[in-house]
Amino acid sequence: MTPVEPITGLRARHPLEERPACPAPQPIVEVDRLSLYYGEKPAFQDVTLSINKGCITALVGPSGCGKTSFLTCLNRLTDLITGCRVSGRITIDALDVLAPSTNVIQLRRRIGMIFQKPNPFPLTIRRNLEFPLREHGLQDREQITQTMEATLRDVGLWDEVKDRLDSPALALSGGQQQRLCIARALALFPEVLLMDEPCSALDPLSSGVVEDLIVSLRSHYTVLIVTHNLAQARRIADYAALFWVQNGAGQLIETGTAKQIFEEPRDPLTAAYVSGMRG
Amino acid sequence: MAKTLSRLQNPREWLALVFVWGAAALVTATFCWLLGDIIRHGLSHISWTFLTAPPENAGRRGGIGPILVSTSLILGVCLAVSLPIGIGTAVLLAEFTSDQSLFGWMTRRSLDILAGVPSIVFGLFGNAFFCKTLGLGFSILSGGLTLACMVLPILIRSTEEGFRAVPASYRLSAAALGLSRTTTLVHLLLPAAVPGLLVGLVLGVGRAIAETAALIFTSGYVDRMPESLLDSGRALSIHIFDLSMNVSGGDANAYASALVLVIMLLAINGTASWLATYGLHRKVVTV
Amino acid sequence: MTSLSSNTLSRWSTDELLCWVLRGTAAIAGTIVLLIVAFLIVEALPVLHHIGLLRFFTDPSWHPVEGLYNLTPMLWGTLFAMTGSVLIATPLGILSAVFCHYYAPPALARPYRRLIELLAGIPSVVYGFWGLVVLVPLIAEIQPPGPSLLAGILILTIMILPTITLMADASLANVPQQYVRGAAALGLPRWATIRGVVFPAAKSGLFTGVILETGRAIGETMAILMVCGNVVQIPTSIFDPIRTLTANIALEMAYALGDHRAALFVSGLVLMAMIVALALAAEWISRGRVYG
Repeated sequence: MTPVEPITGLRARHPLEERPACPAPQPIVEVDRLSLYYGEKPAFQDVTLSINKGCITALVGPSGCGKTSFLTCLNRLTDLITGCRVSGRITIDALDVLAPSTNVIQLRRRIGMIFQKPNPFPLTIRRNLEFPLREHGLQDREQITQTMEATLRDVGLWDEVKDRLDSPALALSGGQQQRLCIARALALFPEVLLMDEPCSALDPLSSGVVEDLIVSLRSHYTVLIVTHNLAQARRIADYAALFWVQNGAGQLIETGTAKQIFEEPRDPLTAAYVSGMRG
Repeated sequence: MAKTLSRLQNPREWLALVFVWGAAALVTATFCWLLGDIIRHGLSHISWTFLTAPPENAGRRGGIGPILVSTSLILGVCLAVSLPIGIGTAVLLAEFTSDQSLFGWMTRRSLDILAGVPSIVFGLFGNAFFCKTLGLGFSILSGGLTLACMVLPILIRSTEEGFRAVPASYRLSAAALGLSRTTTLVHLLLPAAVPGLLVGLVLGVGRAIAETAALIFTSGYVDRMPESLLDSGRALSIHIFDLSMNVSGGDANAYASALVLVIMLLAINGTASWLATYGLHRKVVTV
Repeated sequence: MTSLSSNTLSRWSTDELLCWVLRGTAAIAGTIVLLIVAFLIVEALPVLHHIGLLRFFTDPSWHPVEGLYNLTPMLWGTLFAMTGSVLIATPLGILSAVFCHYYAPPALARPYRRLIELLAGIPSVVYGFWGLVVLVPLIAEIQPPGPSLLAGILILTIMILPTITLMADASLANVPQQYVRGAAALGLPRWATIRGVVFPAAKSGLFTGVILETGRAIGETMAILMVCGNVVQIPTSIFDPIRTLTANIALEMAYALGDHRAALFVSGLVLMAMIVALALAAEWISRGRVYG
């Protein structure tokens, strides 16, 4: 297993730029013939996909075609679901994700996840950020404070909350809560960020703010985002993958650069979907 | 107006109205009769001396001081044993086993049956197991342990409900941040489940204080001040039973003891329903 | 500076340790029922060995000191008291719940529900005491001696009433509002809606409530012991004194020795069997096998 860097809070970091460019293709996540079953019912089957480092990959497709289930395989949240069976192979930086010996806790530290509904813990804003950091072994108060400020600045929340870090996180607005959740994930220095429709529960204005934030993560983090909003996928994604339900199970129909998927789709289903005719 | 008319037109509707209101009135009247009777006869006897003095002349005169001490000791033993076991089991059932697992299913079923076991059967069991087999004799310890078995199902059920009321998103987001299950439990789930736990605790205490049949053959009748947990001690409910059945002329003190017991239980029940209504929806802000 | 890997490794084992501790506590909690049954059997075994199960029903009378162990009068006592109280408490309890949901103005429904909860919290010894000093003298005026099956039934009724009311209340609350609105849209009056729509929809909860109250009625000891007179006989009228299985145990445990003590554990086993049968019935109902 690749050794995981300890969190020190002192890792050299650059403040996020406005619109960083996508680096040259270099796969970091490799998914090979991945299938997932809930009991006997397949959620998706035989998905083979590679995801490039530092880029934003959008997973699009109609509801119920296994996009969210696919995300939960990557950080093994599937372990929490009873009766759920995963087969195939996922490697992240040479780490075999699905191997039983894999340390799930380390894995989940390296792969952050943002949910559709903002889900800060019912604690204060400060505790929301500090608590996971401490749990992952960062004890130094100074470093924690620095990391907290840096990540809150990254998500553009610092100026809004710096005077009320000790008020409950649930008192924030929906968009602020979602940015807090992103900050909470970024504080652990993940290599990959999984986002499950992070904007769909937000109002248009907050949604725009969060979208800009996601764009600014490009090249610093590998982002995998599920979205139903094709316009959004078109705006932010470098790569795109289309899922579709065929024969009662989700399938990966087509992958490619976002430009290619949206402008010159090869598969007729993709063409129909991106032009808004189906799904 | 239209409603009233249609009701009057239909004799069956009218009859139902009478029966429903009649049932409610009957139940309310009985309740008031019972409570009024106990308050009317009991209140005049209650004083600080009554609460602290030892009973005299088999309880006809004197107070209930040692009996209150025994009752609280029995309760203390009961909670000290049942709380850790109860919370542990509730956490396991709510967080660590799926509904399909055999172990969870068996534990749940056996608790369901335990909840229905008559208290006198607990008394038989306590007498055979704690008093005889474990050699604890008639003692506060035996009584408390017997009560602990009795309150476990109540405690576990409410605590489990408390845990189930915690939104699933807490667990998912904690797992996604790579927090261990122990940490998630201690820092997130437990604080959020505290109201359910309190409801269970209060209901369990209520059941334990009210219990008589399970204690007759485990903690015994002795009304002296207990000197250790291995002494026999008389619980308040047994005191009432003894005064009314075995001691002629004990009615006045029985009334007063009954009032003390009822006040304790009403306070406990009030706390429980207050917690259940307002506490369960409380937002936990700090750990 | 802490290295993450070593830290998480140790935390993994904390998780496993915790899981095993919890399993231990659950195993203790789950074993209690088995322990109870085991101890009842072990203690009852000597007498079952000596005289066999049959003589508990065929002996001429209950005179344990002389070696006569007929439990039938006590079984009848339990059965009569239980049936009578369930028959009165069930309609009263269900009507009370209906009152809370469909008849009472909101300002009355809440206090009434609270009152029922308070009734549930009053200990059996207080009910027994009240029955002894208030009900029994009243009954004695109508037909001596006073302590009787009737007194037992009345006291049991008040005691099990909260059980059925609270269960019925919960199951009425679970009836989907759209059924009631649908019936109202059809112009059905209130009681017709309740009888035709609400009761069928709430049926399994109501049945579970009846089973729970039956269990309480069978198991109740102190109140029954205090008001029923405790004469070992099969009653011929509701004014006759009776003795129930539970009261029998409570009365005689204090001085019972040898086979007599074992015989009391046999009656404990009989009670346990009734409760398990009721629990099975409840499980059967909750799986939704009651239709039609």
